[in-house]
Amino acid sequence: MAETRTLRVTGKEPVADGVVALTLADPAGARLPDWTPGAHIDLILPGGLVRQYSLCGDRWNPYTYRIAVLREPAGRGGSAYIHDVLDLGEAVGLGGPRNNFPLVPADRYLFIAGGIGITPLLPMVAQADLLGADWALLYGGRREASIAFLENLAGYGDRVQIRPQDRYGLLDLPAFVDGHRPGTRVYSCGPAPLLAAVEQACADLPPHTLRIERFVAAAHGRPLRSTPFQVELARTGTVLTVPAHSSVLDVITAAGADVLSSCRQGVCGTCEVTVLAGEPDHRDSVLDDAERAAGTCMFVCVSRSRTDRLVLDL
Amino acid sequence: MTLPVSDADPFDHDNLEDPGPLHEKLREAGPVVHLTRYDTYALARYEHVHAALTDWQNFQSAAGVGLSNFRYEKPWRPPSLLLEADPPRHDAPRRVLSKIIGPRALHRLRDRWAADAAELVDQVISDGAEVDAVPALAEAFPLRVFPDAVGIPASGRENLLPYGDHLFNAFGPPNDLVAKGAPRAAELSAWVNAQCARDVLDPDGFGAAIWAAADRGELTPEQAPLIVRSLLSAGVDTTVHGLSAVLYAFARNPAQWQRLRDQPSLARVAFDEAVRWESPVQTFFRTATTDVTVGETVIPDGAKILMFLGAANRDPRRWTDPDRFDLSRDPSGHVGFGMGIHQCVGQHIARLEAESLLTALARRVTHVELAGPVRRHHNNTLRAWRSIPIALLA
Ligand code: HEM
Ligand code: FES
Repeated sequence: MAETRTLRVTGKEPVADGVVALTLADPAGARLPDWTPGAHIDLILPGGLVRQYSLCGDRWNPYTYRIAVLREPAGRGGSAYIHDVLDLGEAVGLGGPRNNFPLVPADRYLFIAGGIGITPLLPMVAQADLLGADWALLYGGRREASIAFLENLAGYGDRVQIRPQDRYGLLDLPAFVDGHRPGTRVYSCGPAPLLAAVEQACADLPPHTLRIERFVAAAHGRPLRSTPFQVELARTGTVLTVPAHSSVLDVITAAGADVLSSCRQGVCGTCEVTVLAGEPDHRDSVLDDAERAAGTCMFVCVSRSRTDRLVLDL
Repeated sequence: MTLPVSDADPFDHDNLEDPGPLHEKLREAGPVVHLTRYDTYALARYEHVHAALTDWQNFQSAAGVGLSNFRYEKPWRPPSLLLEADPPRHDAPRRVLSKIIGPRALHRLRDRWAADAAELVDQVISDGAEVDAVPALAEAFPLRVFPDAVGIPASGRENLLPYGDHLFNAFGPPNDLVAKGAPRAAELSAWVNAQCARDVLDPDGFGAAIWAAADRGELTPEQAPLIVRSLLSAGVDTTVHGLSAVLYAFARNPAQWQRLRDQPSLARVAFDEAVRWESPVQTFFRTATTDVTVGETVIPDGAKILMFLGAANRDPRRWTDPDRFDLSRDPSGHVGFGMGIHQCVGQHIARLEAESLLTALARRVTHVELAGPVRRHHNNTLRAWRSIPIALLA
């Protein structure tokens, strides 16, 4: 097992105008952490730049992740780096996977995608189909050539409506969500104006019907550090250095701290440690956004530090 | 290499009394051993048990995690939405329950459980220096804190242990242990099911939190009671025998008790080491979803695979001096709670119960030792105790 979690780029191909799909794998060919439709990973690029991308591949293949990246002219360098610089064989850092946009059980799903917002919905569509649910997808984009993954959707027949804006104009949301039946869930991901329109079209539907995922401009304000940092074990005053390529868990257990672990993937929650000072760089799949922001605990098998020093209650 | 075979019955009384010799034989025979009696493929080495546990794609749970194959046989009760489910159906129940009984959510119980444990220990010590650790501590503590935490009513809780005992027997073959539980199975199931209804559950408990998730649309209303049932099924006997295991381990190894006294922060390590050493949940089955190769053996699609967690946790390929209960060992990575997507969702509850009880005992008890002959309780899945007489010196 790698001491810090990295993925290697094993595939990179254009899937639409301005969109590349990446295939990512463990450098040693191990299984990657399991995920569920709607999940995203943090991709940590050189210089500590962090970007979040939805997983859009097949969870039955445990050895690779697939993401799709839109080149954003106004973006802050992440997408341009991936498009122009990142090469096959290169390594990137991994955080997560985490899922803030889970597919809940339902008899009927309506999916509404705008542009690159298709990515979290692709595995949802596959899953809804597998479960035999009644579902439909409305998928808009600027032009046909900018709409990714058409071939993945071709087999679903008229459950999928592709609506390039240059031919159809804006998506006809009221018609799509009309005839609402109880037990329906509406999932949408796309640019902010689309989500606002979807919210409006669904305003009269029962609570909890609509679930949306907003693009966040950048995961964090500041880039992550990739340099060594210190951990202080508060009960003994011991100060240890965590090198860039070691986990906090390995460093503190080697120094004799009695910290249990199990999955070593940031999933099971066994290696929780209380943080007394310093700001953790959370890379686990356990904490939600509020718990992360609180910064009072961390899962030391995968998480690191944003500050020069972390003080742990050990 | 030809596939090693064995006609041993892992569920007969000799092997349930002492599974060690069979585990060693299976481990040493090869990565896979065909158990002819049940036409099942046994995995007993750490490497292969760990791999099968994490590989849900090839080793499924929805066809049952007992010997019975749900592809051909009707389950004796509606299957669990967690334990006996595969993705994608497993996703939502798992997500909801992981949050409700996850490590962060349990912080609010710490102080209360510590106080409960201290009270129980005081009372046990004042009752006399010699006690049977199974009823007095290992059963008493979980029964005192866990049903309250779930939020079920007070009456009828004596049904929990017999229900769990039968449930865990039913993962094995239909032997005398299953026959013994069968007469009460319907009655006990009906009682458990009745405790899962929304209107009987305390609004502060885990049970009500599961129903609240259904209200938010994260589960269907039909799923909620079955997920409450998972807590009542999997959360009582397991911890009772987990606590018995750690108490027995200390009674057998008084020097380790001194270590814990000297360093009470070792309580969590001690419990996980006991879970490794005794493996209170000994076995679970999987079903091959396709022809799957383990070592050099092709296990055919649809075949049942028996994973010996207890054997893996004592595999000398993975553990130095595996038969020793040793607090200086790091037991991390043991498979006593499973591994992968089905890994015990209640492990943080089990650890908190154990930490509470061990901390309270270590504060009061200077010395523990066995005070009479111990007796096992036989169960097809659980490594269990009927009686552990111990002397507690305050
Ligand atoms: C020492 C105590 C315990 C032990 C040794 C134990 C062991 C296990 C094991 C080995 C599994 C994996 C099953 C598989 O892979 O098929 C498991 C799953 C499970 N356990 Fe535990 N358990 C314990 C305590 C608890 C408690 C306290 C609860 C509930 C509060 C609980 C609830 C569950 C549930 C619901 C599952 C199924 C999870 C899933 O399939 O996603 N367990 N447990
Ligand atoms: S060991 Fe599982 S979260 Fe760290």
